[in-house]
Amino acid sequence: MQIQLRDPNVIMKLSKLGSFHQSKLSFLRSFLDEFKDWEYSNDLFNLDKNGFGTAIYSFKKKNRVYSLICFANKINNHERSDRVIATKWDAAFTLHDGVPSKQDIERLKNEVPKQEVGRLSYKELTLSRANKSLRIFDHVVESLSNGKQPDLELLSKVGYLYRTTAVYGSGKFGLADRFRIKNREEINGPFRLEMMLVYLVRQFTFDQVNHVAKSKNPKSAVKLNPEICKSLGIGNSTGLGMAPFIVNHPTLLNNWILCREKALKKIREIKYAEKTEISLFKKSLKNSVKNITSWNTESEYQKKKINSLLKNIKKTLIFLETKFDFGTKFPFNEIYLWLEEQTCDECIEYVVSIMMEPFDNIVKPLIKEMSSDEEKYFNIPTHRTVEDLKNIIENRYPNILKIDFNKKENINNFWFISKNKEEPRYSDRFKETGSELEQPLAIARDIKKLYEQLSILKKSLKIDEFLAKYPSLRHVVRRAFIIDKFPYAEIQDNTIAKDVAPVDMLRLKLSFFGALKFDPRSDKWLRICMFQGAPLPNELKNYDQQWVYNF
Amino acid sequence: MKSFSEIETTSKRASKAAGFSWGVAEEVGKGIKILELFGLAGVKNLNQYLNSKEGNQYENLNLVNENNQTNKYPYCPIIFGISFLDQVKNIEKFKKIHLNKVAYPFLVLPFLSRSSEEIGKKILYKFDEYSFLLNFNLSLSSKKFSDECPINANNIEISFVENKDNFKDQDWKSLYKLSEKTFVDETDSLKIGAAGAGLTDND
Repeated sequence: MQIQLRDPNVIMKLSKLGSFHQSKLSFLRSFLDEFKDWEYSNDLFNLDKNGFGTAIYSFKKKNRVYSLICFANKINNHERSDRVIATKWDAAFTLHDGVPSKQDIERLKNEVPKQEVGRLSYKELTLSRANKSLRIFDHVVESLSNGKQPDLELLSKVGYLYRTTAVYGSGKFGLADRFRIKNREEINGPFRLEMMLVYLVRQFTFDQVNHVAKSKNPKSAVKLNPEICKSLGIGNSTGLGMAPFIVNHPTLLNNWILCREKALKKIREIKYAEKTEISLFKKSLKNSVKNITSWNTESEYQKKKINSLLKNIKKTLIFLETKFDFGTKFPFNEIYLWLEEQTCDECIEYVVSIMMEPFDNIVKPLIKEMSSDEEKYFNIPTHRTVEDLKNIIENRYPNILKIDFNKKENINNFWFISKNKEEPRYSDRFKETGSELEQPLAIARDIKKLYEQLSILKKSLKIDEFLAKYPSLRHVVRRAFIIDKFPYAEIQDNTIAKDVAPVDMLRLKLSFFGALKFDPRSDKWLRICMFQGAPLPNELKNYDQQWVYNF
Repeated sequence: MKSFSEIETTSKRASKAAGFSWGVAEEVGKGIKILELFGLAGVKNLNQYLNSKEGNQYENLNLVNENNQTNKYPYCPIIFGISFLDQVKNIEKFKKIHLNKVAYPFLVLPFLSRSSEEIGKKILYKFDEYSFLLNFNLSLSSKKFSDECPINANNIEISFVENKDNFKDQDWKSLYKLSEKTFVDETDSLKIGAAGAGLTDND
């Protein structure tokens, strides 16, 4: 049986994308799989009794070494902020390409804590900073120093000791350009080095908390139980900075979604499932319920989604246990069709992710297809005609063409770059100043403008002539030709409409990172947790692949 | 050192700020990155050009012909470069293209470089005492390298170089003969047994 890939006009709606969950395709899971047989070590741990100083962790294989350099600094409580406008953090990190020399460490000691105003070099690959979760960190230090393990209930409410507030890569602030490293086999997957940084930072947080507790009370302090360490991840506060990324990298976005869709299609096409596959699917689904019931948020928007997800997952489990016969032909297709009919988007996408668990043979080859050589698609095919371009827009943007951009609510917002932090922002064009400096992220509006212009021109007109007359539409001409080749490259929604929730864009990207427990703090930023339940570095050689559901 | 990604982003934003559309600014960002990757003064030239725009006027060459003459102001290198790239498949037939005046002629280079890749032919770009050979957007060679680019170039000639060997037949034969020393002389038994195919194909 041939199953069609799901319709991009449905999948690429923001409400759908904002319901995606982590899966075996997610970058943090594929990172662990890639680096599981690398040699991990803690090369330097030079912290004072309060936990301030320098530490280095590395992954090595043959001649390749990646070193995380950590700088932990003292800051006052009133200086601690997760917002991008902060200038001081509890700790700052960089992933260095190779073994850092003493001079490198000295250089980086001056630059890394400054983050955006510091300068890195081509020898550094990623950059980040993090703040302590004060209530958790202090509690853990206190407990350990008194010879006790911390309160598990309190830990489970937060899920981490530190929160990162940004992770930078790909040439930012002088970091190495992607082209320098893109041919390395071990990083043949998006954001792999960013994932490495976050993973090693997690280990640093455990080592630091143990060190501070021990310094406080050397005689009676105990170490944080490794099982408790595993149940903790790294938090992350994410604002709007991530949202334009998925608009600015259409071929990359396409490849992420296309791989997910291809995996689902292949799983739905399995005629008969093996017992072990069925059992792993059911077990993962059952165990995952704990992730939903321990998902804490104050956001009413997210609470509603979680409640609906929990209700529908329970319904799905009952259906699978009491009514569904796994001996039926194409069992996963039958389950998928039932989900579409009986449950909500959150639940459908949740179960789609879990369907991938038993099928490494399907998922693993796809991971290598998730990167993109974007430069290849930059040139505009100028020999084509106005008619060609018009047809592409009609085929790829049918819902966008129905939007009336003369209505105020459909052009309510604008995207801009803030002067003080050079970060993307989003605001009401009718209330705030600055819309004349709008970024080219209003794709739906500009595509419609292009379409209207094309509609009044001779069909046979060549694109080179069109561009000579209408240079202001060049960015969307390029885009439409890219979208023609990459069906999942475009969000099929109006990202400047009054009712748009940018947090859905963040959620989409973070689900591919492998984040859990999305906790929106407004419609523009959220907190998440990464690597919660993941094996510790010394366990990587042989770990439970379904750790994400089993902690 | 600035990363190439920073160079591309900043060049794009600066070009937009100087009045180009976002789509054109994207082309400029890509172009300046190419110039810097080739070791040429992309950032310096773009900075000078964009800053000169306020006090000077430049002519937009939107449709490239065999001979392009501007009477008063020099052609804008960005608009000319983009028009050249967009129209390269149509104008290739001219073999040679002439322009009388182009401002900041280094800034045209990345567009010619990408055009060379687009049509699969080398492009020779000459003005004043400068000459550049653009090789399929993989490299460029020049008789004169300098950070100091003229503000205006006169008598510009751009040629499409036909795909032909740039060595003599005699050199090739000699080199080939040497390469034959890696081959094994075939005996009769090797002729029969060493190849995969059957001895008769008429079965």
